[in-house]
Amino acid sequence: MNARKALLYIIVLAATLAAPFLFPDFRTQLATLWLMIIVALTWDMTGGQMGYNSLGNIFFYGTGMYVAAVIAIGIVYDVGEYTDAAGGGRFEFTDAQYFSGMMLGIIGAGLFCALVAVVIGYLTFGLRGPYFAIGTLGVAIAAGELVSNWDWVGGGQGIALPVYPGDFDTGKLYFYYLFAATGVILFVFLKWLYTTRFGAAINAIRDDEGKAEAMGVHTMRYKLTTWAMAAFFVGVVGGISAFQLIHFEPLETAYQTINLGIFMVVCVLLGGKGTLWGPIVGAVLFHVFKEVTWNYLLGWQWVALGALIVVTVVYFQDGIMGWLIHRKPEWFGIRVEQKNLAVGADE
Amino acid sequence: MKSLSALGVCLTGAFLTFSQVAFAADCEEITLGSAISLTGKYATNGAHAKNGYEFAIQKIKDAGGIKVGDKCYNFKVIYYDDESKGDRAATLTERLVNQDKVQYMLGPYSSGMTKAIAPVTEKYQIPMVEAEGASRSLFNKGYKYLFAVLSTSEQYLASAVALAAEKAKESGKDPSDVKVAIAVENDPFSLDIRAGVLEDAGKYGMKTVIDEKLPRDLSDMSAILTKVKLLKPDLLIVSGHSKGAATAVRQIGEQKIDVPMVAITHCEAADVVGNFGDAANDILCSTQWAETLTYEDPLFGSASNFDKEFKMAYSEYADKTVPYQTAQASAAVYVFKDAFERAGTRDKEAVRDAIAATDLATFYGQIKFSEAGNNIAKPMVLRQIQDGKYNVVAPSEFASHKVNWPRN
Amino acid sequence: MEQILGNLSLLFEFPVVNLKIVVDGVMIGALFALAAYGLALVWGVMNVKNLAQGDFVIAGGYVAWWLSGKGMPPLLGVPVAFVVLWGIGWVIYKLVISRVIERDLFTSLLATFGLAIMIAQILNLLFGSDTQSIQLEYDTLYFFDGFVDVPIAKLLGVLMAAVLATCVIIFMKRSRMGQAIRATAQDARAARVLGIDTEKVYAFTFSLNSAICGAAGAIIVMVWVIQPFYGISYSIRAFVIVTAAGLGNLPGVISAGLGIGVLEQYGAHIFGIGYQQAVAVMLLLLVLLVRLLQQRRVRQSLQ
Repeated sequence: MNARKALLYIIVLAATLAAPFLFPDFRTQLATLWLMIIVALTWDMTGGQMGYNSLGNIFFYGTGMYVAAVIAIGIVYDVGEYTDAAGGGRFEFTDAQYFSGMMLGIIGAGLFCALVAVVIGYLTFGLRGPYFAIGTLGVAIAAGELVSNWDWVGGGQGIALPVYPGDFDTGKLYFYYLFAATGVILFVFLKWLYTTRFGAAINAIRDDEGKAEAMGVHTMRYKLTTWAMAAFFVGVVGGISAFQLIHFEPLETAYQTINLGIFMVVCVLLGGKGTLWGPIVGAVLFHVFKEVTWNYLLGWQWVALGALIVVTVVYFQDGIMGWLIHRKPEWFGIRVEQKNLAVGADE
Repeated sequence: MKSLSALGVCLTGAFLTFSQVAFAADCEEITLGSAISLTGKYATNGAHAKNGYEFAIQKIKDAGGIKVGDKCYNFKVIYYDDESKGDRAATLTERLVNQDKVQYMLGPYSSGMTKAIAPVTEKYQIPMVEAEGASRSLFNKGYKYLFAVLSTSEQYLASAVALAAEKAKESGKDPSDVKVAIAVENDPFSLDIRAGVLEDAGKYGMKTVIDEKLPRDLSDMSAILTKVKLLKPDLLIVSGHSKGAATAVRQIGEQKIDVPMVAITHCEAADVVGNFGDAANDILCSTQWAETLTYEDPLFGSASNFDKEFKMAYSEYADKTVPYQTAQASAAVYVFKDAFERAGTRDKEAVRDAIAATDLATFYGQIKFSEAGNNIAKPMVLRQIQDGKYNVVAPSEFASHKVNWPRN
Repeated sequence: MEQILGNLSLLFEFPVVNLKIVVDGVMIGALFALAAYGLALVWGVMNVKNLAQGDFVIAGGYVAWWLSGKGMPPLLGVPVAFVVLWGIGWVIYKLVISRVIERDLFTSLLATFGLAIMIAQILNLLFGSDTQSIQLEYDTLYFFDGFVDVPIAKLLGVLMAAVLATCVIIFMKRSRMGQAIRATAQDARAARVLGIDTEKVYAFTFSLNSAICGAAGAIIVMVWVIQPFYGISYSIRAFVIVTAAGLGNLPGVISAGLGIGVLEQYGAHIFGIGYQQAVAVMLLLLVLLVRLLQQRRVRQSLQ
């Protein structure tokens, strides 16, 4: 890596660490920004890089929330009793219980989601293209509907977790760093992954699955592994979100197919599918745009979102990164040889 | 000299009155914050509540403002749309406190939203008077800064159960013979109501023959009503906000459901009389407030006066009943006014303590907060739709009519 | 669990319940089938999977509802909604769909998803989020001691749906445009070579689909209720039907439509009404799974 790029990364890392102190009033929004980045990057893993566009990744977010909550509560109390009290009653958690529960819950959420991804993937990866999208959307909606009828995890009431012990502001700082750490780890991981044979293999699946199989790529294994990895990270942020939001409901918060579920797709499309920085750029732009304009577009914000989706899909298929790669290929280490565009991107 | 001093008194009085009016115009502002549902599934009721807040603020302005110490103030509210989503409400509350620097909050619409906001206001120690979150689980967490003017949710249909028990005794049966059917929407508020009904039914030893939760995306109760026809309960309880009320009344009429007592919530908000006419007859509706009740106060006058003046100010309500969501919103603002005046300062801790000590008679009912913050001085009222009119039938000290039973 | 068993036993104790469930299911299923037919049409001809199908239905319902509020007789709402939604569909085709037809399939799915969100939100802004319906002053027929109720309005609705479907089918079989559509569905390139203006065919097909949905919506607002966000429910059910029946299989679409209506009602009865939506979505997953396993046997994939 040349010096210029190293400097760039150092600046970004520094900004990440300093941000909550530079903008203390926006800590929650910065945390949410990281959440968007993470779900965008993970969506791109199966979507942009592998060609399987899932509309149901939010399933792992919701499941992560529930698993983390159940683990954290279950260590100390009987889950059924806790949820029956519906947020009332005296269920105290010591600091040690809170933090250990949260950590175990978050890791557990990630692992469980990865496992579920393998199971579900085994069934759904026989579907291609739009069927895969609809199928995954169906899984997410079904999960939301079924969980909302499951009294053990609170049914329609959802679950109310204990509040962060200690100062509120410190709490926000804490959650920001949890999200940011997850995001940085994910980024570094993906940056490495896309340069390996694994990355090439999943790109091959995207470009022409039939040929890839003919060439000896065990497509099913790659598909399951990729989705499992994506599910792990989404499950983890689901778990973190559960503790950050404190109280969540099955359909509105956990399995929010129409909100976060579709945002992740929009972010990636906006920024550029199949690139490493695309989802990040898209997430940042989208989140900033949303926070700034939504209160002013009162009533029309969702129409604007729908329009944004339509416009992006129709006119900006390749997203911003795609547009940039097209315009300035030199930035990306692509040499344009006369009439051929050799796509050997390393960014 | 008497006449001179009398004149002096008159002049002073006139001067003071005029100066009140003059000063009300240039009173300073106390800013209140409110994250409220202007869009999303709670939009209709969010609007009712917002209108209630604004109406009260205007009334206070017209009456000369709020006297804090020796200065006068008027309220101003910063509203943000929480889109009927809890996490958005919490984020907006933080924004109100941190960026807009508000020190006092008016509540959002629905228990769910209030539950999302309460931890935030509690942490920042911002006194919040709310008028639209009735869930009792808001009041057993030890919140010190949350106050609610409305009666809590488990009381909503409790009097219907008691009424059913009464009618059973009158017909020579035991209250435990009463069969209860419950259909509530799968959301925290309606589930609280269900919990209250189940508790009360349990006390009488009644049997629950149907106990189902309506999904929030559906508007078709025919599957449940089929079971009602088969199992013939004595009391049918439905709670599902306005949508649930509308669907229930409509389909009960369509399918000719013949249950002796039907009790639902949100009749007025769904305007079941206006929309369904005769099909709505003899249905019991629980309400936090009715314009026929004999409450009154110096600011709004009597309950019926509030009703009249509000309809004049907001003509779109002219041929409907003013929903209780609006009345209790106005009452919340009144509580703030009263608290500021008693505290004599704008310091939020002093205001909080003054709110806690409230003992206020209002057009909406008596307001007195328990340790936990809920209003323990005002009962829920049961009205029956008789010939297209809402008549109070329970509790007996406020009843103006006798209940028609069994339902025709 | 005991509730479920109790509900099941009710079915045996009172056989009439079965009839009621079937009747209710068939009546609503007919409308699902109508929406599904339009979806299959667009899918077969243009390979566009329209996730906004349900929202077209709801939009049609609002057109009818709004006009009836202005004094138009409700039954007229069906042809009027048909025409209005035809126009809207045509505009949407020209602005959006025409540009995504030639692209990959996820693009068209996502584009229609964006449209679905837009339509639902615009309807919400225009008409509010309360449920709406048109009250018809027709009687109800009662059978079996008042147990099975068939509101005449519902019966009329089903009849109108059947008439509409018949008209469309005859149109497809007999008219030039219908032939052109079927030719394009078979092989677009060949159709072009033979002189068919496929662009016109696409526009026509999409508009026809949204018109059918609009008419269905106008019927629904008379016999049930509509709400801006109910679109997704209809979209899901339409997809289940088309996936189950396959394209170009009209009797399949009809029976699948009626079937899903009935299954849903049974599901609601047995498991509790809270599961009604879940049943519909589970059916979607089930149908996809069955298709998948069928394809696996011939080592193909579900495209």
